[in-house]
Amino acid sequence: MLEHALKGNKKYWGWLFFLSLIIIIGFYFYLRQLNYGLGITGMSRNVSWGLYIAQFTFIVGVAASAVMVVLPYYLHNYKEFGKVTILGEFLAISSVIMCILFVTVDLGQPFRIANIFLYPTFHSLMFWDVLALSGYLVINVIITRVTLSAENKSMAPPKWIRSVIILSIPWAVSIHTVTAFLFAGLAGRPFWLTAILAPRFLASAFSAGPALLLIFCLILRRITKFDPGNEAIKKLGLIITYAMCVNVFFILMELFTTIYSGIPDHNSHLQYLYIGLDGNARLVPWMWTSAILAIVALVFLIVPKIRNNQKMLLIACIIVFLSIWIDKGLGLVITGFIPNPFGKVIQYWPTIPESFIALGIWAVGIFLITIFYKIALSVRREIEI
Amino acid sequence: MNKSRRNFLKIAGITAIGIASDKYISARTQDTASKLAKVINPTKKLTRTKVVKKERLAMVLDLKKCISQNGCTKCIDICNKIHNIPDFGETKDEIKWIWKEPYENAFIDQENFYMTDEFKDKKIPVFCNNCDNPPCVEVCPTQATFKRDDGIVMMDWHRCIGCRYCMAACPYGSRSFNWRDPKPFIKDVNPDFPTRTKGVVEKCEFCDERLSQGLPPACVEVCPEKALVFGNLNDPQSEVRKLLKENFSIRRKPGLGTNPEIYYLV
Repeated sequence: MLEHALKGNKKYWGWLFFLSLIIIIGFYFYLRQLNYGLGITGMSRNVSWGLYIAQFTFIVGVAASAVMVVLPYYLHNYKEFGKVTILGEFLAISSVIMCILFVTVDLGQPFRIANIFLYPTFHSLMFWDVLALSGYLVINVIITRVTLSAENKSMAPPKWIRSVIILSIPWAVSIHTVTAFLFAGLAGRPFWLTAILAPRFLASAFSAGPALLLIFCLILRRITKFDPGNEAIKKLGLIITYAMCVNVFFILMELFTTIYSGIPDHNSHLQYLYIGLDGNARLVPWMWTSAILAIVALVFLIVPKIRNNQKMLLIACIIVFLSIWIDKGLGLVITGFIPNPFGKVIQYWPTIPESFIALGIWAVGIFLITIFYKIALSVRREIEI
Repeated sequence: MNKSRRNFLKIAGITAIGIASDKYISARTQDTASKLAKVINPTKKLTRTKVVKKERLAMVLDLKKCISQNGCTKCIDICNKIHNIPDFGETKDEIKWIWKEPYENAFIDQENFYMTDEFKDKKIPVFCNNCDNPPCVEVCPTQATFKRDDGIVMMDWHRCIGCRYCMAACPYGSRSFNWRDPKPFIKDVNPDFPTRTKGVVEKCEFCDERLSQGLPPACVEVCPEKALVFGNLNDPQSEVRKLLKENFSIRRKPGLGTNPEIYYLV
């Protein structure tokens, strides 16, 4: 089955070669980081987590979002998702691998990573997050492997796999909940200290993740014989619509509580994000871009005429993805550290090596998605070999 | 909670406290309780010494004395020197165990526009509070940072994986990370204290290496005003207890429940 990844036309190999180049550049900068230390990044004593952890947080959401196609297909027997479910599961696998890479490059002593298992610490959320993520990876590898190889042999998948699939549903929710708990349990960081963080994470994940999946589906439909079916596209669009509405609603909840209560410790972070604090406003244009994109996306998604137009839906998906990427993959983690515990604003911006390492990890993810989708579509003879 | 303590608490007639969690029976209650235990049930107490902590090391800082020597950096200098703390000449990668912050910033939750001239715009020393309920210890995924029986929050530089979760959890900004190799930036290496490698977190440990030789923390020893006093809070006769009994003291962000063990006399 895996041999399908080794056969392909010039475009396929060219694309993989291009991604490999980005990966190699990223790896080169990672070697430099290993040699010099994390000081090569923009992180500092005050902003001690940056792009890596922010990307990690965003991508955990993408991984969890597979549940939005798995659940209707397996639990509600929604047959229209028959073709996209496997793509969702492969997206989850690639995303979890990206998550692991992002956490690893963020470690000051990556060669000691085994210490997490050698000295398991149950009161640390980091331990549970590692456990949740690796478990999710294993579950999805088993599911895709078993279902696809059964399909390859034109057989029905074994019955026991259904229980694994059902298990993957709450597990998907757990990975993003535990990731939110990493942040939401810290008394000293008021920006994250909010009970709505985990629900917000899930809502943003369930809009950005399926948006990405839909973008992939529409790309695949153009370049292969794969067709997810108009019904599936419509339904995905609807899922994204609801999730995005809930996401924006949750953001407004957060804004209300923080701004109306007016507690300076909590308020100062939002001030930094949306209007700037003490003359520092590096994230302000980004956050307003994110906010405006979110509003535009909502209009595109809520009006049925626009949503049911597949070209417009594609644009809406891109907008949703970008809006949430800025909000979660940039603003959310960094702003927890600004202002610092002394109320001082020390800003952060990723350096060039740091950005290339992050880009390299994205390239690894897209590389994996490419070969996984190639395998899946080859098994289903939806691609020219 | 173990049986022996439950027994003596019952006998002492303070079961109400017993219902509360272990944490809420503070070190101080334990001290009184241990005395009661000795009277009531001496044999059991001896076999369960771990329950009753003899020591809770803490620091008391007399702000008026400290501020009177405005501009003095003796405590900082000696700490940097004996602990092999590098000087990178910039703030992004800096490592600091003791440093000075304006009073308003150190006590950010005590906002007051009408402060006495004595404290206004004055810088005061801040360090790791060696909290009795340290959030850094709670979040560390490898127990590389841990609390000793005497209350000092320690770092194991050989176990730390450099995830910096502790830095995110610390409400006091007390932790530093080795963003790069510190060794070339240490002026005179003190051979009696380890240097660190890049990629690990470090902080003030109340001069554990000096305490084990019976010496007070270096900052305490070097302070010309004797503004810093170090000692055992669980000993009612100790100097720290006397100072806290006679003077009004404040702590940084006590509302977070971390129970910081540096007391500032105002």
